[in-house]
Amino acid sequence: MSASAIVMMLVAMLIIWGGLALAVTSLVRHGAVEDRAENVRRDP
Amino acid sequence: MSSTAGAAAQEERRRGSFSSRRIFILAAIGSAVGLGNIWRFPYVAYENGGGAFVVPYLVALLTAGIPFLLLDYAIGHRHRGSAPLSFARLRRGTEGLGWWQVAICFLIAVYYAAVLAWALSYTFFSLDQAWGADPEGFFFGEYLQAGDVAVTADVVPGVLVPLAVVWLAVLVVLALGVQRGIGAVSLVFIPVLVLAFAVLVVQALLLPGAGAGLDALFTPDWAALAEPAVWAAAFGQIFFSLSIGFGIMITYASYVGRREDMTGSGLVVGFSNSSFELLAGIGVFAALGFMAQAGGVAVGEVARDGIALAFIAFPTIINEAPAGALIGVLFFGSLVIAGITSLISVIEVVISAVRDKLDTSRLTATLAVVVPSAVLSLVLFSTTSGIYVLDVVDHFVNQYGILVVALLSMLVVAWVLRALPRLGDHLNVHGRPRVGTGWRVLTSIVAPAGLAIVLVLAVRDDLAAPYEGYPTWLLLGFGWLLVLALPLVGFLLARLPWRAGTHLDGPPPGSDPGTPLDGAPVADAAGRDRSVTGHDEGGRR
Repeated sequence: MSASAIVMMLVAMLIIWGGLALAVTSLVRHGAVEDRAENVRRDP
Repeated sequence: MSSTAGAAAQEERRRGSFSSRRIFILAAIGSAVGLGNIWRFPYVAYENGGGAFVVPYLVALLTAGIPFLLLDYAIGHRHRGSAPLSFARLRRGTEGLGWWQVAICFLIAVYYAAVLAWALSYTFFSLDQAWGADPEGFFFGEYLQAGDVAVTADVVPGVLVPLAVVWLAVLVVLALGVQRGIGAVSLVFIPVLVLAFAVLVVQALLLPGAGAGLDALFTPDWAALAEPAVWAAAFGQIFFSLSIGFGIMITYASYVGRREDMTGSGLVVGFSNSSFELLAGIGVFAALGFMAQAGGVAVGEVARDGIALAFIAFPTIINEAPAGALIGVLFFGSLVIAGITSLISVIEVVISAVRDKLDTSRLTATLAVVVPSAVLSLVLFSTTSGIYVLDVVDHFVNQYGILVVALLSMLVVAWVLRALPRLGDHLNVHGRPRVGTGWRVLTSIVAPAGLAIVLVLAVRDDLAAPYEGYPTWLLLGFGWLLVLALPLVGFLLARLPWRAGTHLDGPPPGSDPGTPLDGAPVADAAGRDRSVTGHDEGGRR
């Protein structure tokens, strides 16, 4: 494989698979924050 | 429990729901990841700049794909209904757009099942390479028995039987309901699909010549970025791949608990779909690199997409490769799994609409939708003319069915109903990151403009030369007239009365995600993934 092809493959992997990892992490973290807020509202 | 919360819970039990956000995300991924991810994306990327295609692809994903996906989610989640009911609740006069989407889904289901039947047959053919030394001759001659371009009633038993099996499987899954059917299948099949395809990619990467294939796919042609057609290809790929704009995501979002983060879920679904496409690109081109090396030709000479890739190129690869049977089972098995989860989502759009419109049980609606679809599918696509009809219907329904209804729906919601601010507010109640002006601009201007360019280029190509050189009568009958009939059918169906007691003006009572749940039995605020228990709708109201 040429150097430019390797670089573009890595860039695509980093952005797309990295984007997925970021999206999952953000969803899980926001879910946890919402849970805590909900518990505080229900049991002040 | 307040009466409003009670009514909302009762309606949720009637319609069915996903038991958790995780199940919904898996089902949405199952819908988005289909045959196009495996057999369309790699070739589109290769043909449109190779590695440089990453740039327009990401721009299209972030400026049109995900914003449009979130719009679908907001419409379905806020209005808690199938596509026609959600549009009717947005404004009664727009109900026809929802039925137009339903009509498109019905048509897609009829021919999509046939491709799954072929893939199912080929999963077994892979074991002993039943296609022999001439995969192309076997596919068109021995398997499909395709003759001249004509519509015939000569049944091909080799297609009829697997097609009947596919429809039977779909019938069973959909009759089981939203959670026990669609949810359970997604929970099992999506991890299996990812695992199977990952094994396939590893196998492909170990083949000699794989590097040359990846080199062909990823070597950037930066000059391609100056061509409008390359950008249109990126917007088209993202649009067709994400299952947006024709009712699926509206329907699935209506089955999600009202306090869920739809924005975050949308980002996960969008990036999951692209992640799988990238994985498919690597696997397919590694295998094509091997095929090119084995034949002593350049990768460009063997690169292809669609039916030719799956049923001609891959059998050739399987013939030559070590552990070819394993590669075949993994590849065609992945096609079957990716296809069946998408097919299920397409038919669910129709079933959900029928159930919302009429007072029918889940089983009755499933039988009423699946049996006619299956009969039509068997009549049209298990014959010796099946492949020609399929090719024409697929082309026209995609280019002038899905694309037009998606574009119109988006424009109507954004510019006629001016509903984007309230839909954005709905997403922001529990969704993060928040959507604001940027999302509204992307959804009302950028995404429609991108889709309009794709549409204009498609019309230009189809007017310049008959699609694939097919005769005019075939293109008229199964192409232009069919796509013109779809909106007519849609707006006629919109004239039928709704079942008694259907709430039509705005979101139904109790659907506001900001209001307390009041102990409604469907809610469990202790866990985000357990905010609804999930229901498999059992019967009439």
